[in-house]
Amino acid sequence: MKGSVRFENVTKKFGEVVALKPLSLDITPGTLVTLLGPSGCGKTTTLRLIAGLESASEGRILIGGQDVTHLSATYRKVSMVFQSYALFPHMTVLENVGYGLSVKGMPKAEVKARAEAGLETVGLKDFGARLPSELSGGQQQRVAVARAIVLEPEVLLLDEPLSNLDAKLRRHVREEIRQIQQRLGLTAVYVTHDQEEAMAVSDRIIVMKNAEIAQEGTPHDLYDRPENAFIADFIGDANLIDVEVTKSGAETEIALQGRRLTLPLASTATGPSKMVLRPHHIRLSREPGPERLPAEVTYAAWLGNSVQYTLSTAVGPIFAIAPPQPLPFRQGDSVQLAFAPGDVRLVPA
Amino acid sequence: MRRTAGLWLLIGLGAYGLMPWYMVAGGFWSFGWLGTERSALGWALADRAWLWLPLMGCAIAGATLVVARKQLSVARGLVAGGASGLLLLAAQGLVILGNGPRLGLMEGATQPGMGAGAFVVAAALLFLLTTGVSGLGRGRGDAFITGMIGAIIALVGVFVFYPMSFILIRAFELRGGAGLGVSEFLPRFFAPEIWSPACLLGTGYCGAALNSLLLGIATAASTTLLGLAFALIFTRTNFRAKRLLRVLTILPIITPPFVIGLALILLFGRSGTVTEFFADAFGWEKTRWLYGFWGVWLAQTLSFTPIAFLVLIGVVEGVSPSMEEASQTLDANRWQTFRFVSLPLMRPGLANAFLLGFIESLADFGNPLVLGGNFNVLSTEIYFAIVGTVADPAKAAILSLILLSLTLGAFMAQRKWLGKKNYATVTGKGDSGRHAALNPGLRVACYAIALPWAAFTLVLYALIVFGSFVKLWGYDHSLTFEHYTRAFGIVFRNGVHFTGAAWDSYVTTITIAAIAAPLTAAVGLATAYLLVRQKFTGKDAFEFSTMLSFAIPGTVIGVAYVMAFNFPPIELTATGLILVIVFVFRNMPVGVRGGIAAMSQLDKSLDEASITLGANSATTLRRVILPLMGPAILAALTYAFVRAITSVSAVIFLVSARYNMATSFIVGRVENGEFGIAIAYATVLIFTMLAAILALQLIIGRRKLRRADRIEAH
Ligand SMILES: Nc1ncnc2c1ncn2[C@@H]1O[C@H](COP(=O)(O)OP(=O)(O)O)[C@@H](O)[C@H]1O
Ligand SMILES: [Mg+2]
Repeated sequence: MKGSVRFENVTKKFGEVVALKPLSLDITPGTLVTLLGPSGCGKTTTLRLIAGLESASEGRILIGGQDVTHLSATYRKVSMVFQSYALFPHMTVLENVGYGLSVKGMPKAEVKARAEAGLETVGLKDFGARLPSELSGGQQQRVAVARAIVLEPEVLLLDEPLSNLDAKLRRHVREEIRQIQQRLGLTAVYVTHDQEEAMAVSDRIIVMKNAEIAQEGTPHDLYDRPENAFIADFIGDANLIDVEVTKSGAETEIALQGRRLTLPLASTATGPSKMVLRPHHIRLSREPGPERLPAEVTYAAWLGNSVQYTLSTAVGPIFAIAPPQPLPFRQGDSVQLAFAPGDVRLVPA
Repeated sequence: MRRTAGLWLLIGLGAYGLMPWYMVAGGFWSFGWLGTERSALGWALADRAWLWLPLMGCAIAGATLVVARKQLSVARGLVAGGASGLLLLAAQGLVILGNGPRLGLMEGATQPGMGAGAFVVAAALLFLLTTGVSGLGRGRGDAFITGMIGAIIALVGVFVFYPMSFILIRAFELRGGAGLGVSEFLPRFFAPEIWSPACLLGTGYCGAALNSLLLGIATAASTTLLGLAFALIFTRTNFRAKRLLRVLTILPIITPPFVIGLALILLFGRSGTVTEFFADAFGWEKTRWLYGFWGVWLAQTLSFTPIAFLVLIGVVEGVSPSMEEASQTLDANRWQTFRFVSLPLMRPGLANAFLLGFIESLADFGNPLVLGGNFNVLSTEIYFAIVGTVADPAKAAILSLILLSLTLGAFMAQRKWLGKKNYATVTGKGDSGRHAALNPGLRVACYAIALPWAAFTLVLYALIVFGSFVKLWGYDHSLTFEHYTRAFGIVFRNGVHFTGAAWDSYVTTITIAAIAAPLTAAVGLATAYLLVRQKFTGKDAFEFSTMLSFAIPGTVIGVAYVMAFNFPPIELTATGLILVIVFVFRNMPVGVRGGIAAMSQLDKSLDEASITLGANSATTLRRVILPLMGPAILAALTYAFVRAITSVSAVIFLVSARYNMATSFIVGRVENGEFGIAIAYATVLIFTMLAAILALQLIIGRRKLRRADRIEAH
């Protein structure tokens, strides 16, 4: 199907370095899928394999249902937006955008018309005559996007497209990219190491770790149903607390510091496990209670829109975020920590 | 793949059927061969049946293109056809020579050297082969890239390795055509005239190899020390005349190699100015001390110090200021910072400069020729073994082998050192901060070493120009244009007559240099592109073999070419072509280095962007990389042009009556004692090259403005 991307047990080795363990994935046409993960986990390698800039060591790659494993990058209907933008410094903005069309042998007038249309799409209609060096970082970024989309690629690849922009601009540009992608109905694969950025733009996220997929799903899936401790911690912050599952089934009973808690979630096995507790699900008070954990405030920071606490407890340090209010607790205070059982998730220890 | 292969097949068949297979008198471009010279097909149909052999490769490739359906089988067929065609072509050439066949095959058959037809057929077969290889999935399936790799390997193989193999064979050849063996090689190799340490024991002259070695070490040490002093002054002091120092670095590039020697003779020779002065003033004896170790050493130090300077500027600048600042914030004083931080960081660079100086000294031919006297070194001994009264090619081959081992040893050592220990922090990114100034003692030392030397160099160059106007140095100091009119006289009588004796060689030199320069730049930059931008198996070996000719002294290459290209299958001696070829392959490493440096400045994602936008690698090269490489291309062009003009060591073996070069003309004058005309000619050459360099610098200067916006890699 046009615009789909499929990996079948693709691996990539650079000499001894294994950059990608056997990896299979399916990307639905018209969606924006993000490859997310810490630096060095193989995101760029995956993207370059789709583009044809690296060749797979093993496995098959299909684009639009066609096997392209041995097809060179020149002939794949895929465009890429590079981290460094890679605008040709000796060509004007218009020439840059028209480059892909002109190397295909399209007549000059048509190249110009299409390139201008492309620039208009990214809101840079009047900048065609400038050199890339005469544009700001954000504008260069948009030229790079325009250059990629005028070719009407089956798949648009973006490698950390925002990493060279300052923080304020990032939010704006990522919204723009998302809007263009949706408007043109493009399939896009987007690489980033910033989980917030991934959550903001993606239909689906593929989280990678150590050259393989850790979990994939919609942003909501990943946040709400982490399958392992890495995902729980990486997608949104989480406190990971060692617990013992004492009863499994439709409801789960756990032992935490001698307290028994019943959680409204299904589990299959008893034994050691990790409890995922999001910082903003924690409530602090002074009064002790049966399901409360005693804690001591070791650090408190007032950030205006929230208050952040680091607490020391019998199960280790815990990080909590409270709504903005004048500091009710200070360093050294003894507090009681509470949470709703419904907010808790369990992941394998 | 089919289209490319089909095209090459047609070209190959066309050349086979139509172009003259053998070298034609008067040269290919005269087209005197039209209708008279036979093509391979013509000869094969007549009486040279072995010329069917190359056609078999084309036949296999053609059959494959017609029959095979699957991509992989087409590729395999092309590889088989191309490879077998090339092998058969080479085999028939190597077996059937001008004076009869080898190996007892085809009794009585002879043939002349291969010509244009053979060349095009070979090229076509080669590209059929590489196209096939690309079809097998190598080089990311890019026929353009595999073709480029194949072409460079073939060229380096034919014009570097093939001739060098003759040196090896000749060195082991037994007298009277009795085959190969070590029975004669060993005693000649270890002969006292090569290795004798007599001069160290005070009992006579040393052997040539020992002389070369001692001279090389002495020159390398002095050039490195002086170069370092200059580099420190240039980067770490507020010395005013830094531009003047820069000029000093250009001088050796545009100076024919023996000119410094000539100038030294004008000063310190038996009738030199300084000698006369001391003889008159103090009654000192006029000696011939200049003609020997010290004279050659002095000339080499003068000639090669600027090269060390150029290398060491980069090294000294490469030491990150922030490290020196860090040292100073740790309360080290300037001397301690220099001694314990900067100097250790520069050590690999110093080793590099030393080894370069060593190689240059060993390869130097001009200075020992002019100043050597009884002090024999390998490079001149090789020359005399070939052109001397008793030509002894076997001796030349053995000496070449020794010289080659020494330079190759240094070359390998250099690569090893630099490969592993290059921790001078060249980040490419502007490292802010200032270099620590030199401490006063060191600064004074640097000035004391370097400035008199710089002054001395300038005096020598002034002397060269001045000397060209003096009637007879040491005897008759009246000024005259006589040398110039004798060399470059033009008479206007019934039209223009170039009556000067030098015109012929001057025009030949400029023409050959102008032809060789773009070819050198092209081969060098193409190699650099492959090395920097492409991944392929055997890349290390590829790099090594392309840089190898840097370590082969000119005399050795010259001897090898004479031995290899004096008879079929490739008979090139006494042509202009052989001069062009020798320049291309001798100067190629410099083009490669320049290209690598420039190409590494271009972010790789620029190529990748172009590729993902649907351009193939040829288009990417043409529309993205070449336009951004402008300055590097011009630099390579200039360098190749100038080197072709100043080169003497290899050329002197290869010039002919018809194609004489300026440098060998000058050497001839020097040998006859006609210093005036030699110096006048050298002066003209220096100014010719200066003009060429300035013209190109102007163009480069202008181009740089547009390249300010370099994109960095992430
Ligand atoms: N050309 C290469 N040669 C060798 N190793 C490489 C190369 N490219 C990437 N790698 C290695 O592969 C791994 C994954 O790299 P990459 O895909 O760039 O990670 P990231 O997720 O940060 O984009 C890293 O360990 C990296 O060092
Ligand atoms: Mg990356």
